[in-house]
Amino acid sequence: MKTIGYIIQKEFKQIFRNKGMLPIIFILPILQLVILANAATYEVKNIKFAYIDYDHTSSSRALIEKFNASTYFNVLTDFPSPEKASSAMLAGEVDVVLEIPNHFERNLLKEKTADLSITINAIDGAAAGVESGYVNQIVQSFNQDVKMTIMDTSKKAVQPVTIEGIPSFWYNITLNYKTFMVPGILVLLVTMITLFLSGMNIVREKEIGTLEQINVTPIRKSQFIIGKLFPFWIIGMGLLTIGLILAKVIFNVPMVGSLLLLYAYTSIYILVILGMGLLISNFTDTQQQAMFIAWFFVVIFILMSGLFTPIESMPRWAQIVTEFNPIKYFVEIVRMVLLKGSGLMDILPQLWKTLLYAIIMNGLAVWSYKKVN
Amino acid sequence: MKVENVIEVIELTKTFGDFTAVNAISFEVKKGEIFGFLGANGAGKTTAMKMLIGISKPSSGTAKVAGFDVFSQTESIKKNIGYMSQKFALYDDLTVKENITFFGGIYGLTRKKIKEKREQLVSELGLENISNKLVGSLPLGWKQKLSFSVSLLHEPKIVFLDEPTGGVDPITRRQFWEMIYKAADQGTTIFVTTHYMDEAEYCDRVSIMVEGKIEALDTPKKLKEQFKVDSMNQVFLKLARNIE
Repeated sequence: MKTIGYIIQKEFKQIFRNKGMLPIIFILPILQLVILANAATYEVKNIKFAYIDYDHTSSSRALIEKFNASTYFNVLTDFPSPEKASSAMLAGEVDVVLEIPNHFERNLLKEKTADLSITINAIDGAAAGVESGYVNQIVQSFNQDVKMTIMDTSKKAVQPVTIEGIPSFWYNITLNYKTFMVPGILVLLVTMITLFLSGMNIVREKEIGTLEQINVTPIRKSQFIIGKLFPFWIIGMGLLTIGLILAKVIFNVPMVGSLLLLYAYTSIYILVILGMGLLISNFTDTQQQAMFIAWFFVVIFILMSGLFTPIESMPRWAQIVTEFNPIKYFVEIVRMVLLKGSGLMDILPQLWKTLLYAIIMNGLAVWSYKKVN
Repeated sequence: MKVENVIEVIELTKTFGDFTAVNAISFEVKKGEIFGFLGANGAGKTTAMKMLIGISKPSSGTAKVAGFDVFSQTESIKKNIGYMSQKFALYDDLTVKENITFFGGIYGLTRKKIKEKREQLVSELGLENISNKLVGSLPLGWKQKLSFSVSLLHEPKIVFLDEPTGGVDPITRRQFWEMIYKAADQGTTIFVTTHYMDEAEYCDRVSIMVEGKIEALDTPKKLKEQFKVDSMNQVFLKLARNIE
């Protein structure tokens, strides 16, 4: 026990003496949280919108006015020809081009139908889908207006019955993306910092030769590893605390559930990450190698965590792979506990899996750490 | 009176794939002896030493260090030996005192003992003024002396020194050897590898390793007689050339 104390003491001294690392540990995560939470949003806004109006009637102008009034569209310009519009889209100046054909108003009035042509830059498919939805909404609402005017002028037709669903949004009533993203990004930074720090720490001692010096002492493997990892466990918990405070103060993220439960889960989760870091440093010889391997796993884990894209829409095999992703569980838990107020019983499945993961990871790490080659 | 052997090595071998780094070496080292372990670069000195200090598993042969087996009792060996590697292996970002405290701590010395040792060591090395400075800022010679003292902290029976004076100026080398003699006088066995043949003359007995084998082993005086030369340098050159 005393031996572990000496190692912990030494590690903390080294961490706080390293003027290059300190800002990386504490300042970068804060910047990350503030910047990412504002930038990582699925909301599509400020769509660059342009139109080609061949009709030049009050109807066509009314339609364009509808787009103008929308907060989602920035109506930039009108193009005289499709060629001009097409080259502007190539140059990335516009995202959506609406083409109103000749006789648009006349067809509407006489034949009760008219066609519009909409071109959307669909390189980002998700955004294009959203944009198409917005365009349709506006055209629908224009339709309603037209119906009214047509019906007024023509015979009183029977108004068609429309069925409308009124959704009620639970847990995140205002559909605020930050409420959804901030807890997830919190997971990301706790994970990244602890994984990188622990992954590089032991490898660094290998590089400078002090690990060999440690290996010729009678210290036990478990003492050394506990002493090494404990400081990073503390740092991970500290990062969670800083992140939660920022989430509350800056983003006003609701914290419905028990913070104690969240801390309890995180304390186990960090063990998984530290075990992983240690495992990486056991199988690498330089900090560079360790960094690359850590990055490789972090990128896969993040992309498959449900943080940015829902796991439910992944192919079946990918969903099975995510079962082995610790970040997935943490993202789920942090959202469940903070936003839904889930209790211990609700998160029990994830808790067990994480605990099992922690035991396996650290078991492997201790087993693969060799004092004798 | 028969002096006990603290190191007994019989046919110790280490192979890496097809390459035999250490080829069936046998020797003994007596208690309190300064044993020089010589050889060219790549002769297998460091590999042999790593087997003796319990961080590398031998491929075959037997060896006992401080009475413990190198296959099964490496952790007991580690309690009884000190080691100073050819690469400086104290923490550059800790101070002189902190390094002493840390290594004392992981060898399991009591707090009181650590404090005592720390003060003794700092005053012996004349480091009073810089004991709170980071080790990284010290000149190499001082680092090496500190490193040697740290390897003696837990009062080991044997201390292994792997090229301890590499890159150090002659004055510091001399002081270093004075420290070695002092430790040997107090009964510590010294096992030292070196490139400097003048240092070989300071040893009680030396072995010379060439391509994984021990080609000569005796006191410096007898070796010189055997090879009919008047310096260890010539002994070494003769041996190394014969093999080539």
